[in-house]
Amino acid sequence: MPAPVEARGLVKRYGEIVAVDHVDLTVAAGDVYGYLGPNGAGKTTSLRMLLGLIKPNEGSVRLFGRDPLVEGARALQGVAGFVEEPRFYPYLSARKNLELLAAYDGGGARERIDSVLDIVELRDRAKDKVRGYSHGMRQRLGIAGALLRDPRLLLLDEPTTGLDPAGIRDMRDLVRRLAEQGMTIVLSSHILAEVEALCDRVGILRRGRVVFEGALSELRSAGGGTYALRTTDQRRALELCEAHAGLSGVRQDDGAVRFSAPEEAVASLSIALGDADVGILALVPHMPTLEELFFDVTESDEADRAPAGAAQAGS
Amino acid sequence: MSGTLTVYRWELRKLLSQKRTYIGLLFATAIPAIFVSTVAARNHGPQDVPFGRYVLESGLAVPLVLLTFGAYWLFPLITALVAGDIVASEDHNGTLKTILTRSLDRAPIFAGKALAACTYAFVALVAMAVVSLAGGAIISGFHPLVSLSGTTVSTGHGLVLIGASFLVYFVPILGIAAIGLVFSTIARNSAGAVVATLMLSFVLQLVAILPGLGGIKPYLLTNQFFAWHGFLRTPTDWAPITHALWVCAIWIAASLAAGVVVFVRRDVAGG
Ligand SMILES: Nc1ncnc2c1ncn2[C@@H]1O[C@H](COP(=O)(O)OP(=O)(O)OP(=O)(O)O)[C@@H](O)[C@H]1O
Ligand SMILES: [Mg+2]
Repeated sequence: MPAPVEARGLVKRYGEIVAVDHVDLTVAAGDVYGYLGPNGAGKTTSLRMLLGLIKPNEGSVRLFGRDPLVEGARALQGVAGFVEEPRFYPYLSARKNLELLAAYDGGGARERIDSVLDIVELRDRAKDKVRGYSHGMRQRLGIAGALLRDPRLLLLDEPTTGLDPAGIRDMRDLVRRLAEQGMTIVLSSHILAEVEALCDRVGILRRGRVVFEGALSELRSAGGGTYALRTTDQRRALELCEAHAGLSGVRQDDGAVRFSAPEEAVASLSIALGDADVGILALVPHMPTLEELFFDVTESDEADRAPAGAAQAGS
Repeated sequence: MSGTLTVYRWELRKLLSQKRTYIGLLFATAIPAIFVSTVAARNHGPQDVPFGRYVLESGLAVPLVLLTFGAYWLFPLITALVAGDIVASEDHNGTLKTILTRSLDRAPIFAGKALAACTYAFVALVAMAVVSLAGGAIISGFHPLVSLSGTTVSTGHGLVLIGASFLVYFVPILGIAAIGLVFSTIARNSAGAVVATLMLSFVLQLVAILPGLGGIKPYLLTNQFFAWHGFLRTPTDWAPITHALWVCAIWIAASLAAGVVVFVRRDVAGG
């Protein structure tokens, strides 16, 4: 069976701004995929392209093997979700809104209305007009609207934004429950802890580009560690470190030489130091937290990562 | 087809739940009521409008006077009020993304909306016909009518001609609705689309009276609002009626084609 989401080389430009810049996304069946990125990174824009709401300038989307640009609504079979805030007709009741959506869905959607209202705990408020709904209630109604489609793939754009702590907990419990039932879920977020709590795979987006994709555990190891080195001859140690292959960000501060490196490079460095008669007093690894890694990949200012369009627009 | 009908049914339900629907219908019924009461109070009909002189002699003249009257802004306004709103308001409220991520393609959604906008204009037109006929009956009673050719038309035949006139009058209204839909798919808010539709109808009326542009006058959409005069001549003059039908058909087809193309292709980036 084709993968729930397979996007290749997605590009979306808004004038000078490259909102999404050659993004590849693959989400396998059963994944709970965290789509992470700071504000303006292009998460919503990517999800809009997945849902067929906007056309990519380049690249293609396949949902269960179907292209929304070619097959239209048929490509959304088994797919549900919303981008940004879910929106409803304010002058209709929640139930009427769901009845409308169920009519547009066809199939057995109408029979599911009561059960989805129960899932999001809105059954007793269902006859109230959506006009009077709080933000949290609308968010829950959005989930109800998506579940009406009985989806195999659920796309959620920052579903916990603006919710109170209890609302956040309930939303996360719900996502976890749906995932346990085998639903594939793509969840965008800028909160790392949320993704850490819910997702097994992440894609990290920065200024429209995917700067990391893989399991969270890979993110931890890919970041490697930073090390602090104290020796009998710091001047010589610094020279050796700078010359040693595999080390990066070598600098001296606080009386220690600091650098980042994978473990093999550290091992060979210690031998090189010994060979050069430099005695090691301390070689202390510092493992970054996920939070630090997130900032590392989303805020590093390496020129090759800056998308051309966005950089010009900003200055 | 069933998708279009589903959308059509829900668009009608949504119209019934919205205030703006009733504002248009209020215009369509209040204006003939005000006209009739003014005529009755002053015991004097308008002299410079076809059939205006006869409103106190036969109530059948009242709906015909209002047809002339309604062509300038009343029907363009009532039609635009819903046609201009029907897509743009969804864009503005962000519900477009809600309905476009279900199981219906964009084309049937557009078609259902177009049908609903036309239905609304039709209901408003019928409401005006009913109120103006009733008002005419109250102030003048139903009596034979003097046609545009000066012949006398019996009451029964007059009613048939009025029905036919309203039907022909509905065709350019469909044109206005189609144009309203185009603006509605392009504009990001409904006020803009409604105003643009009205402005276009004013511009077409202005073009019609500009010197030197007489040649294009017969092809203007707004000019077709007077085709019904053909029914009130003896013998019936079919030329303006068939002319109006094909001119309007072109306006409607071109507008709907443009509207559906824009709607199917456009990005839904708002909301
Ligand atoms: N319709 C639009 N017109 C112009 N620019 C847009 C449009 N939509 C998005 N952008 C731009 O594209 C970039 C990505 O926006 P997007 O909404 O996808 O970010 P995001 O990752 O969802 O951010 P957030 O966390 O704030 O929701 C931003 O620079 C934004 O200004
Ligand atoms: Mg966003």
